[in-house]
Amino acid sequence: MSFQEIYPGEVSFVGFSNYNELVTERFYTALSNSFWYTFWTIAILVPLPIILAVALHKATVGNTVYRALLFVPSLVSVVVAGTLIRLLFASNDQALVNSLFRLLGGESKNWLLAGQPYAMILLVVLATWKWTGVNIVYFLAGINSIPHELYEAATIDGADWNTQFWKITLPLIKPTIIFVITISIFGGFSMFEESYILWAGNESPNNVGLTMVGYLYQRGFQQANLGVGSAIGVVLITIVFIISIVQLNLFGFFKEEQ
Amino acid sequence: MTVKNTLLKYLRVFVVTFVSMVFVFPLIALIFASLRPGQDLMRFGISLKTLIPTQLSLDYILALFGPLGENYRSWFLNSIVITALQVVISIFLSSMVGYGLGVYRFKGRNVIMVLVIFVMMIPIQILILPLYKLSINLKIIDTYVGVILPFAVFPLGIFFFRQYVLGMPKDYIDAARIDGLNDYMIFVRIMAPIMAPAYGAMSILIALNSWNQFLWPLIVLRSSQKFTLPIGLNTLLTPYGNNYDVLISGAALATIPIIIVFIFFQKNFMTGMTAGGVKG
Repeated sequence: MSFQEIYPGEVSFVGFSNYNELVTERFYTALSNSFWYTFWTIAILVPLPIILAVALHKATVGNTVYRALLFVPSLVSVVVAGTLIRLLFASNDQALVNSLFRLLGGESKNWLLAGQPYAMILLVVLATWKWTGVNIVYFLAGINSIPHELYEAATIDGADWNTQFWKITLPLIKPTIIFVITISIFGGFSMFEESYILWAGNESPNNVGLTMVGYLYQRGFQQANLGVGSAIGVVLITIVFIISIVQLNLFGFFKEEQ
Repeated sequence: MTVKNTLLKYLRVFVVTFVSMVFVFPLIALIFASLRPGQDLMRFGISLKTLIPTQLSLDYILALFGPLGENYRSWFLNSIVITALQVVISIFLSSMVGYGLGVYRFKGRNVIMVLVIFVMMIPIQILILPLYKLSINLKIIDTYVGVILPFAVFPLGIFFFRQYVLGMPKDYIDAARIDGLNDYMIFVRIMAPIMAPAYGAMSILIALNSWNQFLWPLIVLRSSQKFTLPIGLNTLLTPYGNNYDVLISGAALATIPIIIVFIFFQKNFMTGMTAGGVKG
């Protein structure tokens, strides 16, 4: 479809011209937003859940409750989560985040409209809130599969908590880490709903919230240009595959298979 | 050493408690907010002021069931119908395919499995344009069928059921065959009951996905009568915010069923989440 010009009732082959149309400022903005969003979600949503999972992995009643509390946000639909973020980060002085900022001597901000980096902060905060619990569950599954004897042996050898974490826990949950990073790459580049909700529609000032899928939606549906939309899709899928292959190689994933 | 250990323990409890509180806070704020007049929210957002309940009344929740909430009720109903159908259909299909791939040996079995994993990895967002074109050709735009059909088969489910079946002894099947059951009866009478835990975990996962699904219904559904909850709530989210009353109460009400289900099936939820086959 990406090589076609598609209008209701007629389809014609146009070669690469759909791709030529992509060389625009807008496309570049969408690409860089998606890239940085993916980058920041990985930078936060891997270390934070690992720390929490380590803290929670003993199965006591208290820990089960904490785990449940941290997991609940992931059950909430994006619409509700986005609305909550909009309300918490509302522009007036009384809104919670602004009032906290003023308490610390800062100034109120109109988070949604202040441009970058504030737009990105909102998106990353939303992602952190929604997905930390899920990643904790993944990491817990990883940590639980580590044989307990390893820790006992380490304790006998006099290794303290810190050493055990770096020398046993982290290396042994590497497969889980690779898995989480991989799904984060797919998730990050396919993010759209969040910014659609935060800016009530697909238009944000100066495209601060425009993502690759957002751009695909814009060209494909709002402007009914399925050809260009498909070209965006092809570019997107290529990028995602290249990044994940590079990443899997870096982690020696393919080597381990042989 | 012991002092340090005790300190570490308290630090751990403090950090975990603090983080959990921060994470739950927005939901509690949402529930409080749904009990207050919407104008406050429009003016202040969620603030310390709106957190303190001045008049706890269920008026705004109840309004959803009155004339104001006429659309809301049909969205809720649509969401329930679509979620239920989606769970039933995709559980039925995925478990049969997963069972088939796990038990029978035939040519091309691995090719199918690789395809399933491949589909599992492609984000749906990238496929929406071809899917949309296909839906136009099939004339299923703006119908329940249009929402459900593309997700009638759940690749992760196929994968999960296959793994589950692979881990079971084949003797049951052989014994049943000797007793003269045909393949379909074996599936219904023998395998399905054994796979009950798998059915539980997958149903929850599919229900959750379906209840919160946003992008595809947004594209397929046109008339507001047919909207699902997330799409309907989204239409209330305008820059002018006239509908905050319905929006907030509606959002709270849309979230509560899922949380209740979660509390009941917490164990299954967790298995469902780790079903991706991550072996640490």
